[in-house]
Amino acid sequence: MNSDTRRRSTQLCLAIPAAFLLVAPTLVVVPMSFTASPLLSFPPTGFSTQWYGRLASDEAWRLATLTSLSVAIQATLLATSVGTLTAFGIARGRFPGKSLVQALVLSPAIVPIVLVAIGTFFAYGRVGLVGTPAGLVLAHGALAVPLVVVTVAASIETMDPRLDLAAASLGAGPFRTFFLVTLPLIRPGVLAGALLAFVTSWDELVVSLFLTTPVLRTLPVEMWTSVREQLDPTVAAASTMLVALSTAGLVIAYVIGLRQARRKS
Amino acid sequence: MVDAVVVVSGAPSQETGPPEARKSRFNGWAWLVLPGLVFILAVFGWPLGEVVVRSFGGDGAVQNYGVFFDSPIYFRALNSTLITSASVTLSCLLIGYPYAYLMSQSRRTELLLAIVLLPIWTSFLVRTYAWQIWLQDTGVINSTLLRMGVIDEPLSLIRTNLGVVIGMTGILLPFAILPMFTVMRRIDRELVRAAENLGAKPRIAFRRIFVPLSLPGVYSGCLLVFVLALGFYIAPAILGGTSSPTLSTLIIDKVQRELDFHTASALGVTLLLIALVAVAIGSRVVRIRDVFGGGAP
Repeated sequence: MNSDTRRRSTQLCLAIPAAFLLVAPTLVVVPMSFTASPLLSFPPTGFSTQWYGRLASDEAWRLATLTSLSVAIQATLLATSVGTLTAFGIARGRFPGKSLVQALVLSPAIVPIVLVAIGTFFAYGRVGLVGTPAGLVLAHGALAVPLVVVTVAASIETMDPRLDLAAASLGAGPFRTFFLVTLPLIRPGVLAGALLAFVTSWDELVVSLFLTTPVLRTLPVEMWTSVREQLDPTVAAASTMLVALSTAGLVIAYVIGLRQARRKS
Repeated sequence: MVDAVVVVSGAPSQETGPPEARKSRFNGWAWLVLPGLVFILAVFGWPLGEVVVRSFGGDGAVQNYGVFFDSPIYFRALNSTLITSASVTLSCLLIGYPYAYLMSQSRRTELLLAIVLLPIWTSFLVRTYAWQIWLQDTGVINSTLLRMGVIDEPLSLIRTNLGVVIGMTGILLPFAILPMFTVMRRIDRELVRAAENLGAKPRIAFRRIFVPLSLPGVYSGCLLVFVLALGFYIAPAILGGTSSPTLSTLIIDKVQRELDFHTASALGVTLLLIALVAVAIGSRVVRIRDVFGGGAP
């Protein structure tokens, strides 16, 4: 018994460094956003919500948030539809050269992001896509496709293929089978892929730095440029909002998951 | 390693079906990869092609790629990129492994998983700024140590390679922990218990049974962290010093400040080659599709 408790406490102690590294950023950002001083130093002095006020009233921050939101939604729709189709092709298709095709489709996840950034800058510059929302949507979409393909392909592979056959043998055409049987079955995978795609676009900075202009900035680019000038607590306020949003997202996902699990049992 | 793609596409019904079906190397589902393939080639492959072409343009490939021999800056940047990525990978492994182990054994798996996932949902940039707040001269660590009288001068944690490694380890840790946890969760605990029942001390049973079984996760995590670390730009730019730039900071500098697209492209292609070599080595021990799946559950 004694050796068991000792073993468990050793396990806990060894896990502390990782827990610290994971939690540390959030621990410091939230209190900093309520500081009264205009400098980001620790510990924060006084208490004020002025930085949140500035976030809401400042035109540049508001515009950047809207741009980010609209680009992320479009990139998500694009990547999810393209990625889901591709996932079917990869999970169920049979054709020569499949591993090459798979490698190509997944390549955005492997190529260093810096290379993607300068390449998109060169290529999109030629066709006038730099500085347009469309350019951002296409580039972010490409970065998100591999994530969608992998998550959706995984859920297609765990699905029982006989359910499709059953629907077909009962007289459903390929389209009815797809929309009424297959798609509902893989919906969790598609949703997870879409969520990853959204976060990829929402959080993307390096490629966006090359595709944005002073009049068209995404939220990360706005943060980046404002910090290059000076690190002020508005950034901490924006960060806290993002942390709050993502925590809310996680909680919602958890609750939906719980409800589904309960319905199944 | 079993290739699940092959397993599914070669469903048993086809094996017993008519001979022509068994022979065909092509089915209707294959057409569905076309939109994705065209999309990726157009919006992603073309830009990469532009980089490769530019790396041979200008004063020629010899000049562009020759910079590594011309000036020590580039060679040092290459060196520092490799060393930084390797140190980040190593520290992610050493720090992440015990955490993943605890996750796989504990009854509080969900709480521990939430701690890993929350940072993934928080922006990269925000986390890097947060590390700046921890590490800077007036930051949390230095001001605490100064007030406690442990040190008289602030430690130089920021604008150094140490700062970059600490920050990047914090940022990339989830990508090491999740693949290791996924593999560890599937390990049959009875195997370890059996070894202990047969007289192995817990430490020996862990080292001889559990660790080898967890290796696929270790390989995936390390490969993922290493390749992601190679291309990192934000963390080195914010936390690193100007004295030892990495390849990625040099590349962006070349394009944005000096407008020297050809050298930047040559450096970029070099970085790509390093990543491809790492993936090629990695693909011998893990299935690449599992590694670059985004890491989320």
